[in-house]
Amino acid sequence: MSEQLFDLVVRSLWISGTALLLALTWSLPLSLLLGLKKFRGRKILISAFNSLLGIPTVALGLTLYLLFSHAGPLGFLGILYTPVAIIIGQALLITPIIVSLLTSAIESVDPNLKDLAKTLGASERQASLAILGEAKKGGILAGVAAFNRAISELGIALMVGGNLAGATRVMSTEIARGVTTGEMALSIQLTIILLLIVFGLTVLVNLAGKD
Amino acid sequence: MNVIMELKKVTREYEGKSALCGINLKIKHGEVFSLIGPNGAGKTTLLRIMAFLDKPTNGKIIYKGKEAWGPNLTKYRKKVTMVFQRPLFFNSTVFDNIAYGLKLRGYSSEEIEQKVDNVLRLVKMEDFQERSIKKISGGEQQRVAMARAIALNPELLLLDEPTANLDPANTKLIEKIIKKISKITTVVVATHNLFQAKRLSDRIGCLLSGRLIDVGNTRDIFSRPRDERTKKFVRGEFF
Repeated sequence: MSEQLFDLVVRSLWISGTALLLALTWSLPLSLLLGLKKFRGRKILISAFNSLLGIPTVALGLTLYLLFSHAGPLGFLGILYTPVAIIIGQALLITPIIVSLLTSAIESVDPNLKDLAKTLGASERQASLAILGEAKKGGILAGVAAFNRAISELGIALMVGGNLAGATRVMSTEIARGVTTGEMALSIQLTIILLLIVFGLTVLVNLAGKD
Repeated sequence: MNVIMELKKVTREYEGKSALCGINLKIKHGEVFSLIGPNGAGKTTLLRIMAFLDKPTNGKIIYKGKEAWGPNLTKYRKKVTMVFQRPLFFNSTVFDNIAYGLKLRGYSSEEIEQKVDNVLRLVKMEDFQERSIKKISGGEQQRVAMARAIALNPELLLLDEPTANLDPANTKLIEKIIKKISKITTVVVATHNLFQAKRLSDRIGCLLSGRLIDVGNTRDIFSRPRDERTKKFVRGEFF
């Protein structure tokens, strides 16, 4: 693997990996709340996250561009065309995926297990964690689906990252650039690597989670 | 005999309908108490209240002289364990399911292994530790549920129809385990099997439409029940 290729793969992995970790910090408590607590407006919130599953990356990319640009309300942060902008964008993009899938996984656990945990001496919090433990398979799949979506997306990386060589250029943006400039060999190589990452990770997690 | 749990005027309502009405009951330390009654009488509802899973709509639960519902509820939950009619399990191995409650109580790994081993020996399933709970039979699952409860050394063990849907061999084994465990702990069994209640119990309470209509020692309930409805129920004439 050439140094340029290696550099692109590593940058893509760390940007999307960081985006996943960032998204988990708010998606995990949000999913627990939606999956375990009954409150007014809960169903509307779940529907909202479900409808955001298919949000076009260009729409999110453009919104973030307007926010982060020098004239925008968050322009003072100076993060446009930096990896930080891509991380934030990808984290927002994958939040509905994590929340929807994890909430659904938590809801699919037999609610009577909470009673079981209590009869065995668990507190309310420990009983909730026991339910989360039962939903771990769905949770891991949510994480993998989210990571795959992040590393494969193009719109956000291009619009708020700017595709700057050695700084914000990632696999997806380089594939697109290669096609427009006629550098097909590199684009094909990167596409194969991207597919291997996406499929490999999914297969690996499925095999590890098999009973 | 000391009273371990007392229910004072306990009522429970679900969506405006009364499931339990004015239950007054004392469970004595060390006894086997059976709750008998037809399906829908409120036996499970009463057990869930005694297990501190559901709060009574009205009334009090006194555990060893102190009101249980309050800031120390989790402490009391650790003293009372319930085995459900349809046993519930975490999606894991037999060992993990039994170990869960022990971990909550802060036992060391060695102590947990020892206790799991002991209770599985008691229910004659010593080779089942690493088996997936989903891959064993219904009778074996019920025995694991019993083992899991016994491993916690509860002061009060609540059993909801412990042998419903079990074959005679498993029923005999479960009853043998109940008799054995009753020597060291207080047991309350909800059952609609009158013969089982007769075989196992020191005292019996007859529940009908959410009301405890009769309480007495086993011989009295079967030979000279005070309430006419109890007499009909134990004679099998109650519809």
